[in-house]
Amino acid sequence: MSEANAPMLAADGRPLKKSLQRALRAQKLRALLLIAPLLLFILLSFLLPIGDMLFRSVENQIVPDTLPDTVKDLSEWDSESGNLPDEATFQALYFDLFLAAEAKQHSRLGSRLNYERPGISSLFRSTGRRLDDLGEQYQDVFAGFDPSWEDAGFWFRLMSAQGDDDAARDVLGAERNRVAKLTGIDTGGDIGFVPSATMAELLPRTTREYTAFAVYTVKDKNDVVAEEEPWESVYAALGLDLEAADPSAIAAYSGPGAEVLKAAALQAGQLPVIDYRQAMIDIDEGWGQESNWQTLKLYSGEYTNGYLLNAIDMQKTPEGPELKPEKQRIYIKLFLRTMALSLAITFLCFLLGYPIAFLLATLPLRTSNLIMILVLLPFWTSLLVRTASWKILLQQQGIINDLLVWAGIISNSGRLVMINNATGTIIAMTHILLPFMILPLYSVMKTIPPSYMRAARSLGATDWTAFWRVYFPQTVPGMGAGAILVFILSIGYYITPELVGGTSGIFISNRIAYHISTSLNWGLAAALATMLLVVVLALYWIYDKIVGIDNVKLG
Amino acid sequence: MAGLPPYASTGQRLWYWSFRAICVAILFFLIVPILVIIPLSFNAEDFFTFTKGMLALDPDAYSLKHYQDFFTNSDWQQALWNSVRIAPVATLIAVVLGTVAAIGLSQPHVPFRGAIMAILISPMIVPLIISAAGMYFFYSRLGIQGTYLGVVLAHAALGIPFVIITVTATLVGFDRSLVRAAANLGANPVRTFFKVQMPLILPGVISGALFAFITSFDEVVVVLFVGSAQQKTLPWQMFIGLREQISPTILAVATILVGISVLLLTTLELLRRRSEKLRGMSPG
Repeated sequence: MSEANAPMLAADGRPLKKSLQRALRAQKLRALLLIAPLLLFILLSFLLPIGDMLFRSVENQIVPDTLPDTVKDLSEWDSESGNLPDEATFQALYFDLFLAAEAKQHSRLGSRLNYERPGISSLFRSTGRRLDDLGEQYQDVFAGFDPSWEDAGFWFRLMSAQGDDDAARDVLGAERNRVAKLTGIDTGGDIGFVPSATMAELLPRTTREYTAFAVYTVKDKNDVVAEEEPWESVYAALGLDLEAADPSAIAAYSGPGAEVLKAAALQAGQLPVIDYRQAMIDIDEGWGQESNWQTLKLYSGEYTNGYLLNAIDMQKTPEGPELKPEKQRIYIKLFLRTMALSLAITFLCFLLGYPIAFLLATLPLRTSNLIMILVLLPFWTSLLVRTASWKILLQQQGIINDLLVWAGIISNSGRLVMINNATGTIIAMTHILLPFMILPLYSVMKTIPPSYMRAARSLGATDWTAFWRVYFPQTVPGMGAGAILVFILSIGYYITPELVGGTSGIFISNRIAYHISTSLNWGLAAALATMLLVVVLALYWIYDKIVGIDNVKLG
Repeated sequence: MAGLPPYASTGQRLWYWSFRAICVAILFFLIVPILVIIPLSFNAEDFFTFTKGMLALDPDAYSLKHYQDFFTNSDWQQALWNSVRIAPVATLIAVVLGTVAAIGLSQPHVPFRGAIMAILISPMIVPLIISAAGMYFFYSRLGIQGTYLGVVLAHAALGIPFVIITVTATLVGFDRSLVRAAANLGANPVRTFFKVQMPLILPGVISGALFAFITSFDEVVVVLFVGSAQQKTLPWQMFIGLREQISPTILAVATILVGISVLLLTTLELLRRRSEKLRGMSPG
């Protein structure tokens, strides 16, 4: 290799190219390190919260968490068959709901499903109150067999594992999980009870329900399992288990409580034979209505598109999504109104802002600085001050109406209604957002040399032609920037429409706030927010393409 | 438009003066709603309009009772105290993190600069109700919903875009050879930052801080959701006052707030002039 072709070397003897690359890498790294703390901060305090909220618009965990077995059984039910679900599903429903009612979670599920099918919450509430009766029928019979069945200590000995070899850890784990999902409490750690594997084989349903009872008793109520008499549902489970049990297997059992259990198994014929389907319908006839089951099945997944469909006035049906009945369609209308009002506000801002920006750009600096202060003062004044002032100016006993009456333009009885309607929103928001139109327009107009207009005129153009053909086209970027900015800001406004908008001047934001703080339908609020966010981000993207976010000017 | 040439035709004269008239009317629309609050706040009656006595300039028709109410009412005082406690801390967080990041963003080679910029500016663009809702849910999970810390963090996030915008704007005009010169003369990066870079970008930092401060000081939506009654700020109290029973004390508060904005605006204007002078962008 000749001397001329050898790589150029830096002072430390490394090839210059590599040296430069390394320096560049170091520079990039340093820049990123400077940005990283803020990026992390924004991620935690802002982006994750937004992501979390967007997730709520599809999340539907509460249904499978509250009724896990029912939902599983329902997946095999043909909702259009015209028949109610089978007996097993009703049994699963009974046991799911019993635990949910004990944990007071059934009414929460009711409220959740009520958003989809108004009225269904009363079905859950009334059912929750009356679930005990069914188990009590068994309980009485068992107590008749042997008083031990009413003894908490006996139950504990019967169900407990004898040492570690005989423990049904999988049942315990599953029930811990079930209670944790239902109640949201931490169910880990020792509960002073481990179910017996023998029992889990012999009396599977009873073991499950008793274990769930044990987990809940210890973790939520802080009681001792061995001192608490089991729930009615455990007796119901025992009844079902004995009905289905293999007599020889029970006869072979020799653990604690064997005598009492064998006696009960021999008399199993005396146990009530309960049709769970009929029993549930007796508790509340809503369970006999297919439509309630259809709702349950439609919303049984962990995720749902139901909220998002709701946000565009659609609903889920067994046949697929379809539009809601005419009278219930409100959100599309509200979106359109928000858009229309925002457009009106943007247009008014443009109409009022253009002359002022033009004036600012053409006056000598000293005068224009003074006028600039008149533009910036509203910009810096509290939003609430400005809204308050419009509320005072526009009300029926307010200054504008007083002036108009005094001037004889309107009669005292004919005072104008300018507040608590769309007019109020438009006037107040135009005032509030006007500086956001003027500032970008001004910064563009400032850069247009006045000689262009003079040149046009000296070439024979009239004032109007010179303005329209030469000046105006050059201000289009400023108009675009201002218009998009005003539109983005106005479409998500909340405070001003809330205070001066009444019912006809409110925006989609007000509806989102209503669902978060009043109706508590957070899923729907999140879905509406998702839609609004999509529109805003699309506009933001356009703004970035046209203007560039680096060029946002503030004052 | 700078002036009317002596040879202007009648039509041009007419247009010139009517354009001026239109502009005066628009400026009137901009400024009057703010000014009208001031005399009304001295109303001796609990009305929201000028009384006959006020129009006749009768001294008895004016009083300071709404101001007295503001300074003695514990609700308002608590709200003022909360605002004063929240805004400066949120501003401090926003300014420190924002300035450092803006310096990072102004380096010549920043990977994903566009995307990072878009993310950092987004709190300004995303509708407040969406930010508020998201923070309400997420901060509840973290257990900081309804706490001072939660409100401060939320307000800092909202103030950051303003700091980023103003500081990067100042850095655009920053001559990087000054940094190299300082390094050449033996200053380490930290010393260079404090002795050379910081004094030059200080006006931008301060105006960013003012923006961040006013953002927090004036913010209602997020504090309504993220805060609890203990964090009730001045705008929150005004919002309740405007929505439920509108009390004339609001006018006194509004006047004080207008006074604060005038103060901030003046500071900002002085800073802008100083910055232009420092960077040699304006002759005087």
